[in-house]
Amino acid sequence: MAEEKKVVRKKIEATVQMNRYMSDYFYELNEADKTRSRKIAWCTSVGPAEILRAMGFLVHFPENHGAMLGATRMSTEMIPIANASGYSPEICSYLTADVGAYMKGVTPLSRAYPGIDRVPRPDVLVYNTNQCRDVQDWFAWYAAEFKVPLLGIHTHRGVKDVGDAHVASIASQMKALIPQLEAISGNKFDMDKLRHVLALSKECSGLWKKVLDTASAKPSPITFFDGTIHMGPAVVLRGTHTAVDYYNLLLAELETRIQNKVAAVEGERFRLYWDGMPMWGRLRDHSDLFAGAGVNVLASTYCNSWIFSAFDPEDPFNSMARAYTELFIVRADDAKEAYIRRMIEFFKVDGIIYHDAKTCPNNSNCRYGMPQRLEALTGVPSLTINGDLNDLRLVSDEQTKTNVEAFIEQLEEK
Amino acid sequence: MKDSQPVFAGIDVGASRTKVVILDRNQQIIGRAVVRSGTDFEAASNQCLTLALDMAGRVAEQIAKAMTTGYGRKNVAISQESKTEISCHARGCYYYFPRPITIIDIGGQDNKIIKLDASGKRLSFKMNRKCAAGTGAFLEEMSARLDIPLENLDGLARQSLSMVELGSFCTVFSATEVLEKIRQGKKVPDIVKGLFFSVIKRVMEMDSLSEHVVMTGGVVAHNAYLVSMTEEMIGRSILVPEYPQLTGALGAALYAIENHPNQHFERIS
Repeated sequence: MAEEKKVVRKKIEATVQMNRYMSDYFYELNEADKTRSRKIAWCTSVGPAEILRAMGFLVHFPENHGAMLGATRMSTEMIPIANASGYSPEICSYLTADVGAYMKGVTPLSRAYPGIDRVPRPDVLVYNTNQCRDVQDWFAWYAAEFKVPLLGIHTHRGVKDVGDAHVASIASQMKALIPQLEAISGNKFDMDKLRHVLALSKECSGLWKKVLDTASAKPSPITFFDGTIHMGPAVVLRGTHTAVDYYNLLLAELETRIQNKVAAVEGERFRLYWDGMPMWGRLRDHSDLFAGAGVNVLASTYCNSWIFSAFDPEDPFNSMARAYTELFIVRADDAKEAYIRRMIEFFKVDGIIYHDAKTCPNNSNCRYGMPQRLEALTGVPSLTINGDLNDLRLVSDEQTKTNVEAFIEQLEEK
Repeated sequence: MKDSQPVFAGIDVGASRTKVVILDRNQQIIGRAVVRSGTDFEAASNQCLTLALDMAGRVAEQIAKAMTTGYGRKNVAISQESKTEISCHARGCYYYFPRPITIIDIGGQDNKIIKLDASGKRLSFKMNRKCAAGTGAFLEEMSARLDIPLENLDGLARQSLSMVELGSFCTVFSATEVLEKIRQGKKVPDIVKGLFFSVIKRVMEMDSLSEHVVMTGGVVAHNAYLVSMTEEMIGRSILVPEYPQLTGALGAALYAIENHPNQHFERIS
């Protein structure tokens, strides 16, 4: 039998520290849940977490939990439970996996963190539709379940250029949350606290960007698959000193790798860009598939989504409104194309992988001719693979493998 | 002596059929065979290789190099080297048609559209999604449902006077639709032609076509009328290689020659 090539992907030392920080975060939430000592807010991953933190809430992110369900491959067993209660297999599989797991009374947190047996119960749920409408329905389900308030920000979608009108609209919606959050938290809103949290978030965002930008080095010291794991603190701990400390540590390690020409993928032959969601249940397989062929998928739209360059502690509401609207996923295709062209150039990539995630149309950017247009403009070839973020019933491993190997063979022919 | 010359083997272990092509050092096909892949890829590839070698009048020891491709390319011990079926089909088709081409390959469980430039360099490729609609498996399922031997489909489709168009691409839904058409009294040849049309439509939506179109694969090899229907649909003639089911295996054999380290073709066994 033909032997598989040896896989070489260098481990990141800082992971140990990240795991400690993530553990502390989840145990703190669990403690607050059990003792009701602190108010807990649930928030969408690119929602107004800074406001919630500034008002004293501990923050749980259901999308992070959804990704954990995917990465542990629990999701595919949970999704049908939500399907059976009226939530279609065609909609967001974060939603269906998360709701299904709740209905079944299980959580991947229990496996990773002994003593935690459930997700922390919310006192309020706050969403931002900047990613999709599904988050609204997702949070609405829990609001009804826990009988707690549901608050939301409704972001404009398909935005070409973010203008003052967009910013004013979102900023006013953010401000409108304050009186309700004051009532729920029992804390008076303090602008200085918000400025402080936002300053920490901005610092976290800047460091996270530097971490991801290290992939522009040849060879790259990091892979997209590393990024999907190490983005954890940027999602759940931004606005804290912990996240800042972590990314300083990670950045130092990666910069040392660059100085020493240490490659994340040994013998880096080709450099690829990933667009769309990760397939959480196949992260290891995909990492091995590419690394085994000496190919580094080194940058992505997805990991870049937690870079909020517009944050400005001097103008918190307007700058948050702008930062959360400037995101790739909110934008029109021409803005997205310009963005990916910049990424192609900056990261010096040889090709692009588009993940067409069946249940995530908003983060599948290959459905309106973008790969063809970009290839015509840049000459950089692309491959679209069909799959899903969490529903492994929609993934064909053999087809993915053949497609990826054929794409690499195509790059070799160039 | 001719018979002592080294030969090169291309083994295409497909999901449905295993195909072998034996080439001499001048890239001429001297042996070929097709067998069912079944569940034991190793046994199928050995059997197929033996048949092809017999046809070539050669023995396994004369194989200077072998290359595998197809779904089971990494599941057979004959060779340590493999290439994807995308690359091998492209190589095999370019052997026959050295010009810019769009290849439509309709296999047992997947379809491919591959575009090559004038030099044979691959420009792009597409494979069907996780769905057997429009593949050989679709026709196999329908022949079972209609209780018609697979090999009779082509002849039946040619007899159609008024094609029955099917609305669904889905194999399961199509089967239900076919049963409904039978209940409505539609004629079997008209339904079978509708099945062929369904396959063509499914393939056509995968990608655009360039000027020169080549069709390959087992479905094409056994259903020449499907090619005629496609020609009618796109309004121009389609190129079909001598052995449309063997282009993957041929491509693998050509890669075996190309990748052989020794120009003198020393035996490796």
